[in-house]
Amino acid sequence: MWKWLHPYANPEVSYHFTGKILPWLGALATLFLSIGIIWALAFAPADYQQGDSFRIFYVHVPAASLSMGIYFGMAIAAFTSMVWQFKLADASAAAMAPVGAIFTAIALITGAAWGKPMWGTWWIWDARLTSELILLFLYLGVIALHNAFEDKNLAGKAAGILTLVGVINLPIIKYSVEWWNTLHQGSTVSKLGKPSMSIDMLWPFVFCFIGFALLVATIICIRFRSEILTRNSIRPWVRTLVSEHLSKHIAQEKNNAI
Amino acid sequence: MQFDSFSAFLNMGGYGFYVWLSFGVSAALIAGLLFSSLTSHTKVIKQIGARQQRENKLRQVRKNRQNSTTNNPNEETQ
Repeated sequence: MWKWLHPYANPEVSYHFTGKILPWLGALATLFLSIGIIWALAFAPADYQQGDSFRIFYVHVPAASLSMGIYFGMAIAAFTSMVWQFKLADASAAAMAPVGAIFTAIALITGAAWGKPMWGTWWIWDARLTSELILLFLYLGVIALHNAFEDKNLAGKAAGILTLVGVINLPIIKYSVEWWNTLHQGSTVSKLGKPSMSIDMLWPFVFCFIGFALLVATIICIRFRSEILTRNSIRPWVRTLVSEHLSKHIAQEKNNAI
Repeated sequence: MQFDSFSAFLNMGGYGFYVWLSFGVSAALIAGLLFSSLTSHTKVIKQIGARQQRENKLRQVRKNRQNSTTNNPNEETQ
C-alpha cells in the first residue's frame, strides 16, 4: 500500500491528479446538490411540529457536520506534517481551513435563522452553539497563522500546533447536547442504525449531505492546487507549467482582440 | 410537490423569511468562497509568471553587461 501511495507524495503528481479529478468532483457536486436542494425545498414533507422551517435542516446539519469533519481532516494533515515532515500535508491543511471556516459560519447563521422561529431567539450561549462558535475562532486562528509567516514551513508548524490543540473542541461539540442541558435538539440522523426520521425526509437529506461533501472536496482541491504552486514556485515543473499557461493566455487574448 | 402555488412556495408556511435567509446566506457564502478560490488560482499563476519574467530580464541584463565587459576589455583601462 505504501508503494502505491508513494507517488502521490510528489507535489507534481498530486497537482496533476487533483486537476484530473476536479471536473468530475464539480459535476457530481452540482448533480447531487441540485437534486437534494430542490427535493428539500419543494418535495420533502413539512415537519409535523416545525412546519416548513424544518427545511433549514437540509443545509444546517450537513454544514455543521462538515465543519467538524473538515477540522478532523485538517488535524490529521497537521499531525502527518508534524510527525513525518510531509510538506504536502501542510498545503492541504492550509487549503482546508478557509473552507471549514465558511461552513462553520453557514452552520451558525442557518442555526440562528432556525432558532429564531423555533426557540424565539437568534442566539443563546448554550453549550452546542458556544462550542461551534469556538470552532469558527479556531479556524480563523489557523488561517491567520498560515498567512502570518513568509516561511511556509514555519507557518505550517504554528498552524498545526493550534489545530492539534483545538481538536479537544470536536468531542465537546459532538456530545454537548448529551452532556449538558441545552436548547439545541438532540441528533436526528446519526442515531446508530435507526435514524429517527421518516424515509421521505431522510432521502433528500442524504442527497444534500453527499452534495455538500462533494462541494467541499471540490473547493479544497482548487485551493490545494494553488497552495502547491505557491509552495513550489521555484521548481522547474512549475516554471514550465506557468510559462505554458501564460503563453496560452496571451494567445487567447490576441484572438479575442482580433 | 408540497406547495399549491408559487406564492405558497415563497411563503413557506409563514417561515419564508427564515428559510430563504438561510438558503440565501449559504448560497452567497459558498459562491464567494468558490469565486475567490478560482480567482486566487489564476492570480498565483500570474504572480509566479511575473516573477519569472523579472528574473529572466535580470539575467539578460547581467549577461549583456558581462558580454560588454569581456568584449571590450580595454575600454576602461584606456
